[in-house]
Amino acid sequence: MTPSLEIKNLNASIGERAILKNFSLTIPRGEVHAIMGPNGTGKSTLAKILAGHPDYTVQSGEVFLDGEQILGLEPDVIARQGLFLAFQYPSEIPGVTIANFIRAALVARQAKGAPFDAKAYYAQLYAKMDELKMDRKFTSRFVNEGFSGGEKKRCEILQLAMLKPKYAVLDETDSGLDIDALRIVSEGVNRLRGPDTGFGVITHYQRLLEYIVPDRVHIMWDGRIVHSGGKELALELEAKGYDWVKQELATH
Amino acid sequence: MAEIDEAQAQRDALAIDRSKGDFKYKEDYAFDAGIGLSPTVIDYIAKVKGEDEWIREFRHKALKIFESLPMPTHWATSDLNNINFQEIRYYLAKSQKPSRTWEEVPDDVKQTFERLGIPEAERKFLAGVEAQFDSEASYSRMKEELEKLGVIFCGPNEGLSQHPEIFRKWFGKVIPAGDNKFAALNSAVFSGGSFIYIPKGVKVAQPLQAYFRINAENFGQFERTLIIADEGSEVTYMEGCTAPKFETATLHSAVVELVALKGAKIQYITVQNWSANVFNLVTKRGIAEENAEVRWIDCNIGSRLTMKYPGVVLRGAGARGEVLSIALANDGQHQDTGAKMIHAAHNTTSNIIAKSISVGNGRSTYRGLVQIPKVFQNCRNNTECDALLINEHSRTDTYPAISVRGQKNSVQHEASVSKVSAEQIFYMMQRGLSEGEAMSLAVNGFVNDLVKEFPMEYSVELKRLIELQMEGSVG
Repeated sequence: MTPSLEIKNLNASIGERAILKNFSLTIPRGEVHAIMGPNGTGKSTLAKILAGHPDYTVQSGEVFLDGEQILGLEPDVIARQGLFLAFQYPSEIPGVTIANFIRAALVARQAKGAPFDAKAYYAQLYAKMDELKMDRKFTSRFVNEGFSGGEKKRCEILQLAMLKPKYAVLDETDSGLDIDALRIVSEGVNRLRGPDTGFGVITHYQRLLEYIVPDRVHIMWDGRIVHSGGKELALELEAKGYDWVKQELATH
Repeated sequence: MAEIDEAQAQRDALAIDRSKGDFKYKEDYAFDAGIGLSPTVIDYIAKVKGEDEWIREFRHKALKIFESLPMPTHWATSDLNNINFQEIRYYLAKSQKPSRTWEEVPDDVKQTFERLGIPEAERKFLAGVEAQFDSEASYSRMKEELEKLGVIFCGPNEGLSQHPEIFRKWFGKVIPAGDNKFAALNSAVFSGGSFIYIPKGVKVAQPLQAYFRINAENFGQFERTLIIADEGSEVTYMEGCTAPKFETATLHSAVVELVALKGAKIQYITVQNWSANVFNLVTKRGIAEENAEVRWIDCNIGSRLTMKYPGVVLRGAGARGEVLSIALANDGQHQDTGAKMIHAAHNTTSNIIAKSISVGNGRSTYRGLVQIPKVFQNCRNNTECDALLINEHSRTDTYPAISVRGQKNSVQHEASVSKVSAEQIFYMMQRGLSEGEAMSLAVNGFVNDLVKEFPMEYSVELKRLIELQMEGSVG
């Protein structure tokens, strides 16, 4: 069996409000799955719950990362097991440079006290930055502080490239990007595609999927997946609009 | 080259025959100042030290001032009332040092030594198991080199008795005994500390370290330091270390006076990490004459209560003063720190950057005093104070007192209070950092620009120390 990120019958809420309702989805490694849906349908909540955000309450369900239950683990443990979340709104960390931040994240993945190869690290960091067309000076800037929307997203993809997770969830990575930035970020993601990594690409619009062509498309509505299909489903959705999904649901 | 020398000095210090140190103190053993504060105690101290009559009188006068001044609780914390002056031993000869075995040292202190990578021999000294960490060898080597330059680097006793023509003129002049209650206390019972004179035009390349010298004497509770940089000279002085001082003596009250004569530069660097039972009540002030510069770089960690407001009196035209300070108040601790800049000449500039971190129910207070009177022109002050709150019950207060009058004088004041947000922590944890690691990274980021001002070896230790302090702050 292909290792996968498997979400089974997940029910979750924030406060009194139920957000995920019996949500199930399996993303095998090596595949890119798009999760589409209108605003307020629970897409970002899903991303945060997978990453272990403390604000949400999970009533029931299971999440397996390569067969290991990760639901209820601390966010850092989940991260080190191989789940990466590219944030829609990444936090600023004043005074902490990008180079030091990524380095700290890598050191956290090493055995305690193991030596860190700084030379190899910088070589790799610079190579990835070149690919993302990021200026070298970027390394000494503080994480996300004063970044434009495009710089923030590029910085997320840089971290993704450096940390090499087993699964990456991209939360509305296309929001706030102009067409050039969108292309650069998408190319960055495409370079990371391969048999070792599974992607969950959360997006509102079909536009991103022209650049990151998904293996599967899922339509999310009111806390669960209501439609799954191939990449053509995204085009159908684009043509018909979300009202189509609504009407279809009403007739069932 | 410098690093090699220092490393060699460290090794020498560790390898030394310990019996050597005993000789110097033999004559002290007979003396016991007893517990409590009285004119008799003052006489004891003066006699033990073989002091001149004028110093004895200075001490007695100071004692009277100390007794006459009220506790400054009308503006400072009432926690000061918990100091019982009659229970304190004001002069400890070496044989009276509290002794304990390594087994009695609390585990958390031992762990901290381990984590900071403190050499074995130093741990015992720092934990109070051994009365002194013998650094006589490195001290005398340093002293020899300094003597070639004409630099005097000694204790107050030697300074006042052997070089009165240099030190007497300034002793107690920058900070008179009557400056405040604790300066008066120090003036009455001071012992230990550094007296330094840098001759005209001499630029001392190596920072002078109190660490070696003071450890070669008694660990002073009431240290007295006087640094005089003669015209055009330059010196950097470093006191303290990042290792926790584990002590039973609860009151520490130092007085530090700096005198930068025309065109001289003094940089005074402090890193202190007191144990949580210590009252650390310090008076530090420098005078900067024409075109001179006094710079205080100060890092306060630990203690029950620290009160410290390094100041510069800008007495000559073109003088510059600077205070860079970092304070970290953990659970049950109060860091009441700040800076004073007194502009007393034309074209004087001052800069204050103070950053505080409050953890748990720790409290940090910033007090700033900036005075630019009407009679002077082209004076500038810049003040920035930033506070970072870590937990819900962390607390910070800011009391800036700025008085700027007259034409062509300017002042700029910025203050900020920030919190490490739950979203920031989540973001960092999503990258694989534990909650503690995330918190210490955020805190290190907050003080990053100031830490850079510390010498390399201190800034690395500081980073590690902040990490240690932050570990218990989460969960």
